[in-house]
Amino acid sequence: MTERGGFTRTGPGHVNLGQADPGAASPGQPKPELAIEASGLAKSYRDVRVLSGVDLRVPSGTVFALLGPNGAGKTTTVRILATLVQADAGRALVAGFDVRRNRSQVRRQISLTGQFAALDEVQTGTENLRMMGRLSGLSRTAARQRANELLGQFELTKAAGRRVATYSGGMRRRLDIAASLVARPSVIFLDEPSTGLDPQSRLAMWRVIEGLAESGVTIFLTTQYLEEAERLADRIAVLDAGQIIAEGTSAELKRKVAAQRLDLTGTSRAAFAELVRHLGDLVVHTDDGNLTVGVPTEGDAAGIRALLDAADPDRDLIADFTVHGATLDDVFLTLTGHPKETSNV
Amino acid sequence: MSDALIMAGRSLRLSARSPEALLTALMLPVMLMVVFVYLFGGAVNIGTAYVDYVAPGVLLLCAVTGAATTAVTVCQDMAGGIIDRFRSLDVSGTAVLAGHVTASLLRNFVSTLLVIAVAFGIGFRPHSSIGAFAAALAVLLLFVAAASWFAAAFGLLVRAPEAANSAMFFLMFFSYASSAFVPVRTMPAWLRGFASHQPATPVTETIRGLLLGHSAPLPLGSALAWCVGIGVVSMGLAAVLFRRRTA
Repeated sequence: MTERGGFTRTGPGHVNLGQADPGAASPGQPKPELAIEASGLAKSYRDVRVLSGVDLRVPSGTVFALLGPNGAGKTTTVRILATLVQADAGRALVAGFDVRRNRSQVRRQISLTGQFAALDEVQTGTENLRMMGRLSGLSRTAARQRANELLGQFELTKAAGRRVATYSGGMRRRLDIAASLVARPSVIFLDEPSTGLDPQSRLAMWRVIEGLAESGVTIFLTTQYLEEAERLADRIAVLDAGQIIAEGTSAELKRKVAAQRLDLTGTSRAAFAELVRHLGDLVVHTDDGNLTVGVPTEGDAAGIRALLDAADPDRDLIADFTVHGATLDDVFLTLTGHPKETSNV
Repeated sequence: MSDALIMAGRSLRLSARSPEALLTALMLPVMLMVVFVYLFGGAVNIGTAYVDYVAPGVLLLCAVTGAATTAVTVCQDMAGGIIDRFRSLDVSGTAVLAGHVTASLLRNFVSTLLVIAVAFGIGFRPHSSIGAFAAALAVLLLFVAAASWFAAAFGLLVRAPEAANSAMFFLMFFSYASSAFVPVRTMPAWLRGFASHQPATPVTETIRGLLLGHSAPLPLGSALAWCVGIGVVSMGLAAVLFRRRTA
């Protein structure tokens, strides 16, 4: 049987999934080296509160994923950390420098790849990279060398002389990341690196990110996909409506959120209502139109059998069932008790 | 400074690869020259050869349309993600904008030479020394720089490149309601005040005077003051708008 809950709430809507609060380390202990350290970040646009008190700690050389739905405040968080937007309140250190006071020093240490390709469509791949190299202070020769190096590394050598306008979505995204690496940043921000890519390009992008992680840089990425966060990140923070509602390793997150979901479809509207009643507060998903009700499960046969028996003791309510991987919706419902909001801010 | 030069190289490459923009920049001046001299020229009688009178005016009009494209290129940059990349490379907004303006100056330098060549082809005969000719060119380019900064600020103000295009009509209106095409004295009284006290008139008169070797004193001081004034104010405005757009 799957259980919901069982984690400690450390504040309003805040679930701490980590074992120890790093801030609670004993006074004599040296502070762990953090690439990103943010506390109390808040930001509003006009009357809309986008972030309300975001705290983050990312150790150097790790991959950190900020997981959340559209409009949760992921992009705003990244833009604040990358010095492009100033927070209304709170403080952030990136690579040891204050994002507000030491903006130039931070900028020398970081790179940002956003959701919109930061490339010139009518320049070729090489030209884009050389330009970025020159802007980051490389000599003409050094910029050319670095461009060729990156084109090779990102498997774009063949397309190097073509205008970016002719590139596929995946190639464009790779070139965009390559362009961000020209100046050898130590902290890399990737805002939804795989959004809008086809499955094959997404896999290729994951390999690129894994390769970057191996080189020892710190990677801070945002994503809407649980699967992506799990695969790439050492630690995951879940952002909902401008607040971090959970933080921990993917294993810790998974322990709290069932990996799979069992969807049962009722034989009739009455049967559907009966199923919902039987399953009670296990229910994480209902779909009136399709008469489907979803409950979390580990996906093992015994667990599913027990769930089926609990839902349908007389074996006449369920038309069919499916088991599939937990979605971000499931995580959110488990963590927040409400479905994720998808407003675009 | 070096960032601005890299940005200027970029802007030039972008405009060289935008066929529509290039066509507009090169074809429009030629067409305007032909339209004014052959279509309107016959009906305009101002005592001298109209081609001599109007060629400096067309130079100004072309400079204005050329400078106005800066609004579109700036606006396009702001709409995409590339400004964020530049900013995260610590490239200043001023360098990005100065790149666009420098590219606009070079583009317009080329199209100005083209307009002059066409003007020669259809009978324009300036009576000036090399020095006066160079001075006329310098005043025109100063005007292009001012108009380009104005257009850059305009491009930051509007959100869509289509809207940025309207900078051209705004700037063109100033050229038409000036002494560029007809003498101010032929205009209705209510327009004369505006026409003689707006930047396009002293700039045109100065260029015309320098090219045709007029002996009358030229409104050079007023032309320079307008150009520097517009340039400085637009530069400041653009810097503020850039900061606001990227806040």
